[in-house]
Amino acid sequence: MSEPISALNHASYDGIARIEECGLQGMITLRGDLSDKVVIKVVKDATGQKMPGQRQAHVDGEIGVCWMSPDELLVLVPYAEVEAKLAAMANALSGVHALAVNVSDARAVFRISGASAREVLGKLAPVDLSPAAFGLGQIRRSRLAQVAGAFWLDTDDSFRVVCFRSAADYVFKLLKVAAQPGSEVGVY
Amino acid sequence: MSTRLANQGRLIDRSKQVTFTFNGTTMRGYEGDTLASALLANDQMMMGRSFKYHRPRGVVASGAEEPNALVGLGQGSRFEPNQRATTTELFDGLSAISQNHWPNLEFDIGAINTHLARFLPAGFYYKMFIHPKPFWKHIYEPFIRQSAGLGKAPDKDSRDADTYEHFYAFADILVIGGGVAGLQAAKAAAQSGAKVMLIEQTAHWGGRAPVDGGTIDGAPVDKFVEQTVSELEAMDNVTLRLRCMGAGVYDHGYVLGYERISDHKPGTQGPRHRLWRIRAKQVVTATGAIERPLSFAGNDVPGVMLASAMRDYVVNWGVTPGERVIVATNNDDAYRTAITLKKAGVDILRILDARNAAGMLADEARALGIRVDPGRAIAKVKGGKRVKKVAICNQDGIGGAREELECDAVAMSGGWSPVVHMWSHCGGKLIWDEDHAYFRPDPDRPPLGANGEGFVVAAGSANGPLSLGDVVADAHAAGKAAAKGAGFKPKNTKAPQGETTDEASMEAVWLMPANAEVQLRMKSWLDFQNDVKVSDVQLAAREGYESVEHTKRYTTLGMATDQGKLSNINGLAILADALDAEIPKVGTTTFRPPYTPISMGAIGGEARGEVFQPIRQTPMHNWHDKSGADWEPVGQWRRTYAYVRPGESVHDAVNREVKNTRENLGLLDASTLGKLIVKGPDAGKFLDMMYTNMMSTLKVGKCRYGLMCSDNGFLIDDGVVARIDEDTWLCHTTTGGAERIHGHMEEWLQTEWWDWKVYVANVTEQYAQVAVVGPNARKVLEKLGGMDVSKDTLPFMEWRDGKIGDFDCRAYRISFSGELSYEIAVPASQGQAFWDTLMEAGKEFGVMPYGTECLHILRAEKGFIMIGDETDGTVIPQDLGLHWALSKKKEDFLGKRAQERSHMTDPDRWKLVGLETVDGSVIPDGAYAVGEGVNANGQRNMIGRVTSTYYSANLDKGIAMGLIKHGPDRMGEVIEFPGTDGKSYKAKIVDPIFYDKDGEKQNV
Amino acid sequence: MLILHCPYCGVDAEETELAAGGEAHLKRFGPGSDDDQFHDYLFMRENPKGVHFERWRHANGCGKWFHAARCTTTLEVFGTYSAQTTEPPKDIRDAISAKRPGWKWREYS
Repeated sequence: MSEPISALNHASYDGIARIEECGLQGMITLRGDLSDKVVIKVVKDATGQKMPGQRQAHVDGEIGVCWMSPDELLVLVPYAEVEAKLAAMANALSGVHALAVNVSDARAVFRISGASAREVLGKLAPVDLSPAAFGLGQIRRSRLAQVAGAFWLDTDDSFRVVCFRSAADYVFKLLKVAAQPGSEVGVY
Repeated sequence: MSTRLANQGRLIDRSKQVTFTFNGTTMRGYEGDTLASALLANDQMMMGRSFKYHRPRGVVASGAEEPNALVGLGQGSRFEPNQRATTTELFDGLSAISQNHWPNLEFDIGAINTHLARFLPAGFYYKMFIHPKPFWKHIYEPFIRQSAGLGKAPDKDSRDADTYEHFYAFADILVIGGGVAGLQAAKAAAQSGAKVMLIEQTAHWGGRAPVDGGTIDGAPVDKFVEQTVSELEAMDNVTLRLRCMGAGVYDHGYVLGYERISDHKPGTQGPRHRLWRIRAKQVVTATGAIERPLSFAGNDVPGVMLASAMRDYVVNWGVTPGERVIVATNNDDAYRTAITLKKAGVDILRILDARNAAGMLADEARALGIRVDPGRAIAKVKGGKRVKKVAICNQDGIGGAREELECDAVAMSGGWSPVVHMWSHCGGKLIWDEDHAYFRPDPDRPPLGANGEGFVVAAGSANGPLSLGDVVADAHAAGKAAAKGAGFKPKNTKAPQGETTDEASMEAVWLMPANAEVQLRMKSWLDFQNDVKVSDVQLAAREGYESVEHTKRYTTLGMATDQGKLSNINGLAILADALDAEIPKVGTTTFRPPYTPISMGAIGGEARGEVFQPIRQTPMHNWHDKSGADWEPVGQWRRTYAYVRPGESVHDAVNREVKNTRENLGLLDASTLGKLIVKGPDAGKFLDMMYTNMMSTLKVGKCRYGLMCSDNGFLIDDGVVARIDEDTWLCHTTTGGAERIHGHMEEWLQTEWWDWKVYVANVTEQYAQVAVVGPNARKVLEKLGGMDVSKDTLPFMEWRDGKIGDFDCRAYRISFSGELSYEIAVPASQGQAFWDTLMEAGKEFGVMPYGTECLHILRAEKGFIMIGDETDGTVIPQDLGLHWALSKKKEDFLGKRAQERSHMTDPDRWKLVGLETVDGSVIPDGAYAVGEGVNANGQRNMIGRVTSTYYSANLDKGIAMGLIKHGPDRMGEVIEFPGTDGKSYKAKIVDPIFYDKDGEKQNV
Repeated sequence: MLILHCPYCGVDAEETELAAGGEAHLKRFGPGSDDDQFHDYLFMRENPKGVHFERWRHANGCGKWFHAARCTTTLEVFGTYSAQTTEPPKDIRDAISAKRPGWKWREYS
């Protein structure tokens, strides 16, 4: 196996916020009945996290779980551990109607950080990103300009953004435009 | 002359001089000036020429409603036409040019139109340019095109140097307009705790109240403004924004705000404009009122201005438009202008009041020594490029002049109209207020929001009240109402007390003098920007235009870039009078956003240049780019059309790739093909519904080509399906189809068969997929080592997981070319490394990458259909001879019932065949085949069309597929395809498989 | 531009996150149905001035389909609800009755 390379290989940009491609992140799409005890246990075993409620993200670094829809989770694990975690999941889920697939390479992950991070994202997503409306522990699937994307807060001024790998170049360029110097909006 | 006064000018900083140019002449102004005030200060009264008659025009207003003073602003990559001088903040180095003239502003050839004016009335173009018919194309249209257009377009070679952006904002209450009403409404709303946003289009808070004077709670208005702004700034729940215009109000509380961030300091870092995409629970429109002109002859001569604007120029910018001024009015407010100017040292020759009685302000004017003439009117303003004389008459006459006075400016006031645009954009209704002769918002019929309740509240003079006290009280109530509407409890506070001089009521004056004779009416302008006169609207009425919307289009009244902000009500009243109808019965035209024109850049936002649209890239994108890729867009993907080597044409490259793939080894980046995982106990049953053929019986480890139809029978996608394990399938879709087919599957699962246990996941981008194609395909894979790819272990139409070299992969033995072919999927993160490895290992086997055109030709040589070429949304599998892929065992699948409909089973449907040109040439794309006879229109009957057509380098001739009536029954027949190039192409109907008919090459 | 509440992820989504999916509560007819039934299923759609039931998908969001009841003239939204139902639920019908007494849509009222 050769060295895996993420979509933009850690590209970064400093404007009114810092934009960086986070590199490889293990990601598993898990579909199933989220109230099923086996599914809850699988999530716990893989991430140490409890099952997130509607639009919640329980993430700590590169490990965690995000609620994507009433029957879908995005499970985050270290990239190197994906296959092992997936195998364990598949094993635990035998007999349960569920689907777990590796999507680590199908996505790109960005970090937007800095005092203007909320504003940078607020230029691209039709979402109220004021601190009162969007806080830690929440995830939102929406669009970033013309492509789909999901994002959550790691700290109060640091977002992680997930998009399709094929759109990584577009999203990075978008974020650069949105973070261009002198473009502070001054509301958040 | 117009000149700068020694003092006054609350908005300018006389210590900061600014230099600018107008038509190349250097002029000076002060920081805080608008371009209009600075031009007036330099005695540049004439600022442009009118659109139709090229009449000299000067500034008539002082704000967003300005119809005349439009200029081309900036240069080169920052040039922009049609910018209002009144809303352009002056900055050092500003360069402006006037519009609609040639060769120059002072001397203009097109001005001859003004002498032809009586031959160019409303509807002239419609009447004149109809006959004779051939004249339109060769004479009339070129002539009209030459003279048409407002301002000049930016240089076609220079790209806009600025950037733009959008911003999504959310508020409980959005207040549009930062005058005293907006400020008070915002305060009243914010006191409830609601999240309030207040936007103001100019660079200053307070609107025009500081100019008009009066007191609020005993203090001068500007103190109130200052204090309220600082109170609002101190509140955490309030966002204030200057230079941000409310552009439009839309459904469900959606409002566009147009922020001009750096128009007043061009070239500064950051975006030039920001389009605020605001969602508010309640919207307060505190957009003020606009003064109406009076319709008298010569009301468009430079120097004739709105009375309020003249007052603004004096108070705000210390500029007087004239030294000897006559004021004409039908209301008390214009007296303020006379008083203000008089106090500033300007001669006021007369106040001509069309009414017979005025209020207390008249006493104040008289006390200052101003002569007030009741019942008098302007018969005519004389002068060309500026006002020279005014002929005075009785308002109730036909215009017989009683005296003529020399003067250099005229202030006019026809009363005030609330700015109801924002109220009306989303369906708010208006009522006609007879006392004030204006339309105002009907509080009982507001625009309705998502909950069915009104979501717009008008405040201050935008709601009707014009006196300071009423405005502030109304705004206070509006702010509270909005807070309540947004679900908050307003604080029990009292409105501040505003006080100003009482006014006597106005009297509607739609024509001055009331019975003006026709010569005067032909010089009485309603719409300055589009050159529409009183006589034009009357003509339209005489010619039968009763609907105001029709009259608008016939005369072009209100259709200019100012959307008739000054002209609409006057025009409407003239029309009503001509039709002998009441004004409310005639109604208004539709108010459409944006309130004033906004830049295309702001609308586009970030979407320009590299991010105009998403371009989806495969993991090997950069390699292709460096290797001569000629790109082809496929959906949002970019795929390589061909890899062009130095010295090659694209056509050469395609031919080389086509031959090499058949003879040696080709690599195709197939990563864009959609890959959907379908899993669950009911997955087989589900796929049997999705595909026309049977997928539930597919054995684990095997692949099957499948067709997908919509429920009305038409082909929507195709691809190879692989069974991964007992309850898991992997479905390949077309390149453009992954998201669409994923959505299609989810739709049926969620809305029709929600009790079926099936999950679908789109894993398209998890993999880089490479097609390894050609006689040497197996050799290169075997050289790399790893899994057994022999014919016996991995036969045609099967798949295996394993390793190729060091790469974990899934290898599919499938072929879209008819060659020995493997499609190998590796994790996307290793796609480039895998591709490099194949390229390196393939050297000795003659490896070349190939693009989509080669792919197309190879599949066409084999008679394989392509979704989007052979199908166009009206084609069913039966048309393409794909009966073998239609399960006869299944009771049901999407499209089955539809394909039984009589039209679908019609033997006359066009059917797929191969086409071979008689002379080896290539039939043009999209050509139609013609048959015997003609149709009802005298056109030759069509009997089919080409769906795919290529030059095949392997066969050295043109090959094609097409849908032909009774095609399969007409093998060997030669049919004709007329081209648009004048040639006709003769082609023989043949079997669509041109190459390796028995499929021997792929089964080795 | 509409805002619809997605009953699956709880977001008040603006129209740019949504994809319209046409009329709600169509009954599918397949093999065995007669020509008229099938024709009506494929092509005949309500085009009311007033109360209407539609399908929408939270496409740039949780990806779920849902139903919306709204007024085509005022754009008032009476409610959104699960896609996993063959007819408008009672609470939605009641909400409409409160606002539009006497409403009728296909066989519902």
